Amino acid sequence: MSKMTIREALNLALHQEMARDERVVVMGEDVASRESGGVYGITMGLAEKFGERRVIDMPITESAIIGAAGGAALTGLRPVAELMFIDFLGVCLDQLMNQIAKFRYMFGGRATTPVTIRTMIGAGAGTGPQHSAILYPLLVAIPGIKVVAPSNAYDAKGLLAQAIRDDDPVVFCEHKAIYTEECEVPDEPFTIPFGKARTVCEGTDVTVIAFSRMVLFAEEAARALVSKGISVEVIDPRTLSPLDDEAILTSIQKTGRLVVVDEANPYCSMASEVASLVVEQGFDYLDAPIKKVTAPHTPVPASPVLELAYVPSVAEIEAAIREVVAY
Amino acid sequence: MNYSLDTLYEAYRSMKLIREFEERIRAEYQQGKLPGFIHMYRNQEAIAVGACMHLGNEDYISSTHRGHGHCIAKGCDIDDMLLELACKQEGLCKGKGGSMHIADMSKGMLGANAIVGAGPPIAAGAALTAKTLGNGMVSMAFIGDGASDQGTVAEALNLAFVLQLPMIFMYENNHYAEFTQNPKPDGRIAERAGAYGMPAVTVDGSDFFAVYETVGEAVQRGREGGGPSAIEAVASRYYGHFEGDAQQYRDAGELEASRAASDPIEKFLADARCSDLENSRIDEIGNDIQNVLDAGVERALAAADPTPDQLYTDVYVNYRGESA
Repeated sequence: MSKMTIREALNLALHQEMARDERVVVMGEDVASRESGGVYGITMGLAEKFGERRVIDMPITESAIIGAAGGAALTGLRPVAELMFIDFLGVCLDQLMNQIAKFRYMFGGRATTPVTIRTMIGAGAGTGPQHSAILYPLLVAIPGIKVVAPSNAYDAKGLLAQAIRDDDPVVFCEHKAIYTEECEVPDEPFTIPFGKARTVCEGTDVTVIAFSRMVLFAEEAARALVSKGISVEVIDPRTLSPLDDEAILTSIQKTGRLVVVDEANPYCSMASEVASLVVEQGFDYLDAPIKKVTAPHTPVPASPVLELAYVPSVAEIEAAIREVVAY
Repeated sequence: MNYSLDTLYEAYRSMKLIREFEERIRAEYQQGKLPGFIHMYRNQEAIAVGACMHLGNEDYISSTHRGHGHCIAKGCDIDDMLLELACKQEGLCKGKGGSMHIADMSKGMLGANAIVGAGPPIAAGAALTAKTLGNGMVSMAFIGDGASDQGTVAEALNLAFVLQLPMIFMYENNHYAEFTQNPKPDGRIAERAGAYGMPAVTVDGSDFFAVYETVGEAVQRGREGGGPSAIEAVASRYYGHFEGDAQQYRDAGELEASRAASDPIEKFLADARCSDLENSRIDEIGNDIQNVLDAGVERALAAADPTPDQLYTDVYVNYRGESA
């Protein structure tokens, strides 16, 4: 075990998976850059170690990057393609939504597309309206792809290894505001199965389901509420598709109360999805209305002041928890 | 260039098979026996055949929604294709793809595509696989003149040139993008592709020999590490955009003249290089094809539809709880 950041954990996972399987190639804009290893250094050192045959810099051409990653996956490679910011889905969505996601189904199960698409999500870095969105709910709605969003270095390493070894297309969402979060992580390769939530902290009064960076905020809110005598159970589903319905329902059965925290915009978000799941399948467990804490129905603003107001805060999460507990 | 009799008979058989396959499914479709939409390839047969005769099962193609000819030329099984066009569970794609999404990974056929212009990035990925593995394979994207205007095609051209991929951009300019006449002069599409830096030529797409020889050079260049090439094959669309389109937007005189002037099979048989082909053998090939189609259509129409549970299968390799 070593203490490492999410950035270091992702970089180590890429090194280990490339060493483990020579079909793994990394492709995207700036990924082979020896100076920076991509915008946030996640691919640092890969080109030196594995060569530019397997670490492939590409022009700024997202449809071709994602499409070529899909075509390469169909024909025998295991590409890890980088879509620098998830906002760039707008210029390559067809290749993901109509091509990669549908290959297996429309070809009658006779095609396998083991592609991983790493992408940065989220506000908090001052990157404004077109570099800061969450957007993963759009992808969760698409059959044929899996969607992953780690909140700590341990999960980041194990989930990325699983994504690369997985035979289905995976979109791997990295929140850019938490790359420097640290924890103890095994040095050796390991995988974390998809569809298995992690209980971040156990509690008895209320369940908080949170995603990506919001897991850290929910944990902070839970700690703050201990002194107020409120016992909060925080669950991080880790994978958004597949979603661990069972872990969510089991926790609600215990606590009877639910707050869902999602940095996505409110409509058709993961918060909506979890709330719908619990209303449909866990209605009898509920002792209070469900509370959703999300970003507002606006783009992400550039102003640091407005951006701070946009992102769900620890205080908002605390207030939501108190409200459902007091109901 | 000298052509062996075997090569000539093979070319004839493939073109004739595409022609008769399509005439048969068109008839079945008109009687309501085949579901969905079908797009006819008639009079473009020399392009698919002249191009795919240079490719093996390990080479890749991406196709278009006008894809039956590409499938047949790439060696897809006729019975399995007919089953798929009838959307039956034993079809090439278990009835989930149908005419517009038919594919056969075992033949390197990466799919017809109902999104115009979506194929070239995928074919570029297949070419990237070939380059990365260094296995000497090539990848070919079939692209219509309508698709040539899509940004995805431009992105694929650029990527293929920048990465020097073993790829052929095989344009088929049939002059109509759905119902709208392509305003570009012949050769403009190749000119655009050439502007990315790759060799690009324009050929008569109704001339099997011209297509075969031009593609041969491009494929060889790709296999030898010489990077991508582009070919614009100028053709004529015999039928409408989809079956049932009466082409009222075309002048009747122009349509008849273009049909008569662009039949690749007639041109092929009339070519001096085919003077040694025997009529009896040509007839025999035609009869064999009819027998294959009779049996295939009968089987396809009688075959079982997918069962309701198959709606849910083949979305993922494994969705829940998988650890690789």
